[in-house]
Amino acid sequence: MKATDAIPVASRRSRYKFNRVAIACFAVIIAWTLVAIFAPLVVRYPIGKIVDYNYFGPISWNFWMGTDYLGRDMFSRIIMGARFTVGISLIAVLIACFNGVVVGMMAAVVGGWFDTIVSRVMDALISIPSKLFGLVVVAGAGSSLPVLVLTLAVIYTPGSYRFARAFAVNINTMDYITVARARGERLGYIIRSEILPNILAPILADFGLRFVYIVLLLSGLSFLGVGVQPPNADWGALVRENLDGLSFGAPAVMFPSLAIATLTISVNLLIDNLPQKIRDRSE
Amino acid sequence: MQELVKVRELKVDAKTDSGRLVEIIRNVSFDIFAGEVVALIGESGSGKTTIALTLMGYARPGCRISGGQVMFDDRDLVILPERERARLRGNEIAYIPQSAAAAFNPAKKIIDQVTEVGAIHKTISMDQARIKAVALFRALALPDPKTIGDRYPHQVSGGQLQRLAAAMALMSDPKLLIFDEPTTALDVTTQIEVLRAFKAVLAERNIAGVYVSHDLAVVAQIADRIIVLKNGEIQEVGKTEQIIKEPVHSYTRDLISAVEPASLRRDGDTTQSDSTILEVRNLVAGYGAKTDDGLPQVVAVKSVDINIPKGRNLGVVGESGSGKSTLARAVAGILPASSGTIIFDGSELALDVRQRSREALRQLQIVFQYADTSLNPARSIEDILARPLQFYHRMNGQSCAKRIDQLLDMVQLPRTVKFRLPSELSGGQKQRVNLARALAAEPKLILCDEVTSALDTVVAAAIIDLLKELQRELELSYLFISHDLSTVRAICDDVAIMLSGEKIEQTPPEKIGCPDAHPYSQLLFASVPKLDTGWLDALVQDPKLTEAFARRKGD
Repeated sequence: MKATDAIPVASRRSRYKFNRVAIACFAVIIAWTLVAIFAPLVVRYPIGKIVDYNYFGPISWNFWMGTDYLGRDMFSRIIMGARFTVGISLIAVLIACFNGVVVGMMAAVVGGWFDTIVSRVMDALISIPSKLFGLVVVAGAGSSLPVLVLTLAVIYTPGSYRFARAFAVNINTMDYITVARARGERLGYIIRSEILPNILAPILADFGLRFVYIVLLLSGLSFLGVGVQPPNADWGALVRENLDGLSFGAPAVMFPSLAIATLTISVNLLIDNLPQKIRDRSE
Repeated sequence: MQELVKVRELKVDAKTDSGRLVEIIRNVSFDIFAGEVVALIGESGSGKTTIALTLMGYARPGCRISGGQVMFDDRDLVILPERERARLRGNEIAYIPQSAAAAFNPAKKIIDQVTEVGAIHKTISMDQARIKAVALFRALALPDPKTIGDRYPHQVSGGQLQRLAAAMALMSDPKLLIFDEPTTALDVTTQIEVLRAFKAVLAERNIAGVYVSHDLAVVAQIADRIIVLKNGEIQEVGKTEQIIKEPVHSYTRDLISAVEPASLRRDGDTTQSDSTILEVRNLVAGYGAKTDDGLPQVVAVKSVDINIPKGRNLGVVGESGSGKSTLARAVAGILPASSGTIIFDGSELALDVRQRSREALRQLQIVFQYADTSLNPARSIEDILARPLQFYHRMNGQSCAKRIDQLLDMVQLPRTVKFRLPSELSGGQKQRVNLARALAAEPKLILCDEVTSALDTVVAAAIIDLLKELQRELELSYLFISHDLSTVRAICDDVAIMLSGEKIEQTPPEKIGCPDAHPYSQLLFASVPKLDTGWLDALVQDPKLTEAFARRKGD
């Protein structure tokens, strides 16, 4: 006999409860999002302005997170950097996962030539090295935020597609999908109501991972000079440009690293600690 | 006689997902004498496999032997160190799993896997092991005993593979052999060969056996004593004769009466209705791309005609691979037939489900064998039942909720069930929800594809009763597909017998197996185990029948 048989209906609501880790992580993400939105109100100095004669300056009353390799205020740069890192990555990962998952589920359900053509196109996209692809596109189209977001989204769509399709193909063979088909359901209903709830858990985990990848790729592109253009900088770029300060133990390297770490770890921990009801609905 | 196994006050705990400890075996005590076959019988969840596994000192992951003794040859397997137990397993105690197909490694030759036991325990040289294996193949009546070992598992049939698994278990001359539902997955005609081989080899070598099964008729053929289990407790123990002829416990009586459900009676209703609900003509269906002659690569249904009068039931019986499920799928249009005509309630239906009108789809519903996989695990019972109501009848809100309650009443489930997820229901309850979903459409015909095959006998009998009752109330017709002749007889007015994709005969159920019937249907009928201890030994297969059987194999 299964123990779940004994669970009264009332206690089922408790599965929607968030645990403490999830709440803490969610708070961190919300905090960074708020910072990104209200950044101009928080910054103390213009981000491009050299305000200190000292480079790699220490933490002080004037410069809460020290100064960078040119003597600019790190606190202001990190706060403004949140706009790029959180904004660009989040939009890009949303576009990538939405497209990848929807097309992946469609390919699994429709099958046949549709599946073959879409899968081959996605495979072709995967075969292009991501940094190279980013370089070529940005070099061709010029570096602007929409171009960056779209480029990152295109680069990470095929992976998400492959992932979603692999799970959806398994679900597609279940009898309840056959029942839905025999009932005469359309494609939209089958993927939305029958398949999506059953693959949501791995899709969310993949979302978290993909977000981290995009943050890292964005930093890489900024380092190569095709990402966010100076004097603006995302967190990855802040780490790279201040890397020389590592040997001095400069706060200019520590703080952007910490910022990246708090954001990416929070996203992943939050997804791992989502309420069971959302995370694994089949349980 | 001397006891080989003594089980005393055995207790097994299992940890649930929520971390709670549940006692799944409670104070079970029994003995097995040397050379005796004891059957453990009960429905799923009764703990029969768990007890069988403890005889090897093994508990499945998440389970733990929490108390009692399992004495094997005066050694207590519960407290014996794992190393010692490992030495016993495969050596003195051997295990034959339910699905031999899953127990063999598909990438290795059979002979290498059969002789593996000798290699692991280093009891026998490889050359000797091969000689011994061939002798065992011969004893188990396998064809080509010398060369069958050189094949791969997919190159032999299911029944042969099950006997090969027995050969593997017998390699080390065990004192105790544990059979875990070894014939459940086999066709009835194959089951006979396998049972005979098991019985002969056990008697010849004087090996004690534990036979785990839910099928009383099968157990009656092979066991000396039967232990009836329910919810991890022993209900009744007795000699096979006594259990079958004079059962003491009420649960045993339920089990016995469920083996042969009462056949369909339509008292006073002899008028054959003249209108036809479903007529199928020259239906051809199969799998794979179309070849040049317009047929699919693998033709599973070859030109089948069926006819169901309104309010009547047609049973379709056949062994695995006979095309009976494909027939249902082709009629439902899920697997579009490559040619043929389907006339439903007077109008012709498109072969492909996507070209049928919503109204036509509504009137013809299909219910599948596995209730687990036909209910979406992520949606509540309420959502599952609401969908066909919204889809076909555009019901919403209040009327929808009311109708769901009615449907649950119809299939005799409590109304509170609607807040649950499918995983929180038992197998029989899930199958009822499955039926309720089909009923929600208010169909005229339901295609039942092996709806009772995955259920325990007692539960299956209840589902059959429910189907009969619904038919009386709702003027339904069923196309009832099954491999089990006795369930089909319980519900159908007419039975079609399928062999290799062809319908070979259609008769009223009471005439199946008559001397003037098709030889294959006679063979099929004769192969269904009877609740009679002497049935297997007395069964003589007519050469004419065996010939028909051989023809099937040749196909």
